[in-house]
Amino acid sequence: MSRLRDDYENSWWRRFQGWVDGETDLLAEGMEIRVPGRGEDKPLRGARHEQEKVRGQHNEPAAAPEGSRTVYNGRGIRCFRRFYQVMSVLLCLSIIFVLLWTVSYLPAFGNAGNPDNNEVSARYIERGLQETGAVNIVTGMILDYRAFDTFGESCVLFIASCCVLVLLRIDAAEGDEKAKKRLAEANDRIFEPKNDIILQKCACILVPLILVFGIYIVLNGHLSPGGGFSGGAVLGSGLILYLNAFGFGKTERFFTEKVYRRMTLSALTFYCLAKSYSFFTGANHLESGIPLGTPGAILSSGLILPLNICVGLVVACTMYAFYALFRKGGM
Amino acid sequence: MSMVQNFPFFSIIIAMFSGIVSSVLDGKRARDLSLFAILVTTGMSVAVLHFCIRSGQSYTYMMGHFPAPWGNEIRAGVLEGLTAVLFGLVMFFAVVGGMDHTAVDVEKGKQNLFYIMADLMLSSLLALIYTNDLFTAYVFVEINTIAGCGLIMIRQKGRSLSAAIRYMIMSQLGSGLFLIGLSLLYDVTGHLLMSPAKEAVAAIEAAGLYAVPMLVIMAVVSVGLAIKSGLYPFHYWIPDTYGYATPTASAILSGLVSKGYIFLLVKIFYRVLGRENVIASEIVNVLFVFGLMGMLMGSVHAILEKDTRRMIAYSSVAQIGYIYMGIGLGTQAGMVAAVFHMFTHSATKALLFISAVGLYEVSGDRKDFRSLQGAGYRNPLAGIGFAVGALSMVGFPMLSGFISKLLFATSALQSPHKMLPTVIALAVSTVLNAVYFLRLVITLYTIPTKPDGADSVMPEKTQAAWGDKKGAWKLHLAVSCFILLNLVLGLYSQPIVGWIGSGLAMFD
Repeated sequence: MSRLRDDYENSWWRRFQGWVDGETDLLAEGMEIRVPGRGEDKPLRGARHEQEKVRGQHNEPAAAPEGSRTVYNGRGIRCFRRFYQVMSVLLCLSIIFVLLWTVSYLPAFGNAGNPDNNEVSARYIERGLQETGAVNIVTGMILDYRAFDTFGESCVLFIASCCVLVLLRIDAAEGDEKAKKRLAEANDRIFEPKNDIILQKCACILVPLILVFGIYIVLNGHLSPGGGFSGGAVLGSGLILYLNAFGFGKTERFFTEKVYRRMTLSALTFYCLAKSYSFFTGANHLESGIPLGTPGAILSSGLILPLNICVGLVVACTMYAFYALFRKGGM
Repeated sequence: MSMVQNFPFFSIIIAMFSGIVSSVLDGKRARDLSLFAILVTTGMSVAVLHFCIRSGQSYTYMMGHFPAPWGNEIRAGVLEGLTAVLFGLVMFFAVVGGMDHTAVDVEKGKQNLFYIMADLMLSSLLALIYTNDLFTAYVFVEINTIAGCGLIMIRQKGRSLSAAIRYMIMSQLGSGLFLIGLSLLYDVTGHLLMSPAKEAVAAIEAAGLYAVPMLVIMAVVSVGLAIKSGLYPFHYWIPDTYGYATPTASAILSGLVSKGYIFLLVKIFYRVLGRENVIASEIVNVLFVFGLMGMLMGSVHAILEKDTRRMIAYSSVAQIGYIYMGIGLGTQAGMVAAVFHMFTHSATKALLFISAVGLYEVSGDRKDFRSLQGAGYRNPLAGIGFAVGALSMVGFPMLSGFISKLLFATSALQSPHKMLPTVIALAVSTVLNAVYFLRLVITLYTIPTKPDGADSVMPEKTQAAWGDKKGAWKLHLAVSCFILLNLVLGLYSQPIVGWIGSGLAMFD
């Protein structure tokens, strides 16, 4: 039995199976095999093929570093890999071709008789202002007509930031030397404060403007182009600029992980509860009792303004959290 | 409108809300909240199912103040209720059964994050089940993908990170294709809600317009969701993902996530593209061929696999193949069989993963055949659970796998052109299933012999560990409930098949 197994390891069936399993794919090998210290070798994946070509020309015995697989030195596998690459490029090109070909059969853009110019968009345009109270129809659409989708989208952001937390947050438990070492490596705070005068002066001027502009975009989301997502992104980038200029010491006076968690929690909770109320009353044909106000006023359009604020907070916090996590594995 | 009709919406929101709140709780509380949320939502799904069976019809539920083509909408019928109940049960027992391993595998400070992922996974599955809107479906497919990734990589050991990367790449490819399909569909129909989109599609088909885009839409949507559910040629992320995640995550991913996408595909076939159009477009034949290949190749891979957990994962490839084969038959009976097999597979695969964990525990956490010798004596209930699961997958009478194979075979008889390949593939695949599953079951009940000839059922160390083990009741509870679920699906299949049939009829 065991002898059969050995033969099997070298059979083409095994190779085929390995191919189907993706065992020979670049990812699996490229992750681990690079052994540092091979001076002239460029450690980039793209360079590997050239390097192999060179090796092939000089007909050197494959000097595989320890721990690497010898698979990719075989001539057959190398040809196969080339074939694989060519085929994947061809496959991509054919998919691109099919999709472009399909596009040529689609209705021409901007034609009045197109299928998407139907009663749906007509009602959004004609009665959107009256029904949602939002001058900006797009905001009215995403936060009132289709608010459930938008709630899903903000949960996408939330869960994405949770995933980044899983990957990058380092919890140094007591006595856990390894985690402490990782923390020390990840933490580039030792270089702080950089006190780059130019950056700090520019930031002094820019950060307040950026933050005010972000707040304006969020608050005016129902009146002018903008809204929670774009305004939140502006706010988040303002915070990141501030962080870069003045360091974590300054930002942590007002933005720690606790603050982050509380802000995200309260924003999403408010969104969840407010929209649940609105969905519930809507589905059961009850009056929601939320006044729509005068269209065009800042305090108008019912729930849209608070929801925009919630979305803006979530987006700003998520952006800042991503940046902080990438820099030092914590907030 | 009665209170019960609100329950689909409540259950989605409760699952999401518990995920959001879990971000400030510690691991234990987050876990309790998650279990509570799963129980509550399952209870609600039972009520919805009961309501729909009694009233004999489905209903739509407006998400907001605006009716169908303008606002979001969800929809509940018998099939939705049934699927939600089953998914809820499987999820609950998967979380309970793998609880202790989750506590070990996941870093202490990150345990609440694990349960956030589980909660949001539940909410996205429920939303995929209940949705009546294509874009809502896409949004929750996104949540599902990210949550799945998180569930895999939260065990930051071994190859789980590279498995998560693979999963992410393949899954994003699937989501991308799905999204392209949806945008094309919106371009030619002008609707995102399922019911008006279906009318528009019918009008287009009647007028003979947009033949090429419609074909591409069907292909892209089916292939996108097939990649995400791991149909054969796109399956290569499955063994890593299921093999290296924590047990709860493996059970959830294999039992539920791929089924959520299949359910969505069935729903889109019926409620948007129109079943006749899909059959006429021959897309089902492609799915049929891939399904057949998956049935055979998945089993062959499983036979060749040495790591038992990866073996179970490869068996998933074969079972997904069965489901797509049923869809590919293109008949109502085939679809019923496919949906029933979906249920069978969620219940059985979760049972296999959870009871396998019980067996690894008593074998020093080793997963090869040699170390597992005699494990069935060391942890009797897990051994029985595994044997039941294996027999169910092979198609032993009384268990759910038997019923689904029976349904597949009878439905194959109704489609003359596909009868022969289906029946042959079923027979061959059953034999292959038996080869690898029974091999493992026999290994489990083989008393290992020491070199000096003495029999030893228990290595001393693990015996001590097993004797002291507290909290084994969780695993036992989960395994016994999964066995029960299998028996219920196997013995009371008649009403369940009837409900599936009426649920599919409500889709039209």
